[in-house]
Amino acid sequence: MFPEQLNVPLGKWVNQFVDWLVINYGAAFEAFADSLLTVLVALEQVLRGAPWWVVLIAIAAITWHASKNWKLVVGLVVAMFIIGTLGLWDKAMQTLALMIVATSLSVLIGIPVGIAMAMSNRLRAIMLPILDTMQTMPSFVYLIPALMLFGLGKVPAILATVIYAAPPVMRLTDLGIRLVDQEVLEASRSFGASRKQILFGVQLPLALPNIMAGINQTTMMSISMVVIASMIGARGLGEQVLMGIQRLDVGAGMEAGIAIVLLAVVFDRIGQAYGKRSQRKPHAEDA
Amino acid sequence: MSYIEIRNIFKIFGPDPKSALELAKGGADKDEILAKTGNTVGLHDVSLSIEQGETFVVMGLSGSGKSTLIRHLNRLIDPTAGSISFGGEDILAMDIQTLNAFRRKRLGMVFQRFGLLPHRNVMDNVAYGLEIQGTARKEREAAASKWIERVGLAGYETKFPDQLSGGMQQRVGLARALTTDPEVLLMDEAFSALDPLIRSDMQDELMKLQAELHKTIVFITHDLDEALKIGDRIAILKDGKLVQVGRPEEIVLKPADDYVQAFTRDVNRARVLRARSIMQDPANQKIIDQEHPVVSDDTRLEDILPIILATGKDISVIDERENLVGIITKEQIVQSLSL
Repeated sequence: MFPEQLNVPLGKWVNQFVDWLVINYGAAFEAFADSLLTVLVALEQVLRGAPWWVVLIAIAAITWHASKNWKLVVGLVVAMFIIGTLGLWDKAMQTLALMIVATSLSVLIGIPVGIAMAMSNRLRAIMLPILDTMQTMPSFVYLIPALMLFGLGKVPAILATVIYAAPPVMRLTDLGIRLVDQEVLEASRSFGASRKQILFGVQLPLALPNIMAGINQTTMMSISMVVIASMIGARGLGEQVLMGIQRLDVGAGMEAGIAIVLLAVVFDRIGQAYGKRSQRKPHAEDA
Repeated sequence: MSYIEIRNIFKIFGPDPKSALELAKGGADKDEILAKTGNTVGLHDVSLSIEQGETFVVMGLSGSGKSTLIRHLNRLIDPTAGSISFGGEDILAMDIQTLNAFRRKRLGMVFQRFGLLPHRNVMDNVAYGLEIQGTARKEREAAASKWIERVGLAGYETKFPDQLSGGMQQRVGLARALTTDPEVLLMDEAFSALDPLIRSDMQDELMKLQAELHKTIVFITHDLDEALKIGDRIAILKDGKLVQVGRPEEIVLKPADDYVQAFTRDVNRARVLRARSIMQDPANQKIIDQEHPVVSDDTRLEDILPIILATGKDISVIDERENLVGIITKEQIVQSLSL
């Protein structure tokens, strides 16, 4: 047996800290939660309010813009159509709204952090273990304090999703910038480019394929969080899976599972198409 | 004072440059310092004076510090000790804004692997320097077009670097460096990555451009033939130390040590040596007579050979003011080629 005298009451400290946060900053957290909720609810209303065919046309247009490949357009529209035929359209739109907000937030936070990591070796050394923790810590561990701070529902779900999904875009932004050819950077410096000119004119454009890959991964990971998010009250496809498990309704669970996979495929293909486009292929454009 | 003055530059790479610097100043050599302190000496007490309008070549093998040296001139690398000035202006004292302004207006650089921006087409690459300066699009594209045409790439403006051959990419690199009309052109092994034939073309082209533009060119190479061909003066670097500085003929005729001699052994002397360095005193001949062919004193030996073979006579050598300064006999030619 490990000697009891050496036990560190970390759990108790964390509890005290969370209590302290709730008592002193509860109002601030609520205000933040409300603004996030406003955005999410508005987006959800648009997606759920729009006729289904408008959404299909929008998906088709985005896919065409990303890939210029009509086969892919047809494939993805059919995938979305199948979600509809499974009777899960409305829930899919709820999940979609949650996913879009969570992904946008991840990217909004992730890219600047990734840039900062690429600029500073020290920050990178600090961030890497934090990112590992974010990705491996079981989500329920931080869902509980999130619940205490934000209450039940969509906001803690988004927060949990961001914690889980933001690391890839940070890592790949950092990597993409670090992989930029040193001689190209030297050339840019030798012409007297300022740091800002180098970042926006050289580093970010050349890191774009990697950043796009990061955004794609982040999107995929945020989809994979929908089931867990449903356990703390986020509506959508995850809720349906949860219900299937609770009622031992294998069929309903399967239907919702398929819908989640289809949604993931749609967004993966769109993300990949944008990623490929960012690796400009001049020879193909010539042809 | 010369245009570019490099004084007692030391560059030490590693965890503890200060103690290594003390050792280096005390005369310890590269290997000794590496063994004692774990620091690598990049440049060891290098001093150079480069005149305005000359093509100055720095030659050395890999690891000699030549690429490190050229990066000191635009402060892509800062020295551990020493001073560098351009036209009397101390560039090491500049803050980053002043330095960037100095880089924008007065320097252009050409890189070994071209350093082109892969996401920009030829036009936008060539106009890059002016874009950084904030020049309006119309104006910078007009300037860029002029140089694109001058290096023979008209019609390729909308191509991307990966659609061009190595030689063409380096023409873009050269045009990009010239578009800002810099005083000084820094060329870091600019032609080393090119095929031999293309390389020779580019050397000729650079010499042609230089005859018109009279820029100050600092050219880095590991190829002595290239150095002898384009350099007005040549500095030879070994293990971060300067071994010899001189005109091409001085390097070939009076190598400072065995190291330089080893390099010069395979050089085509006929291409390097000029009339003035092989002629003898015209003591026994006072006037230029019609019998003997006449050449100017900077004629290359390779151009003198056919004359002497065709006529079989001694050659009179004259200077710019057409005074007789020497004569060249067959025996001298044979002797100078077989040294």
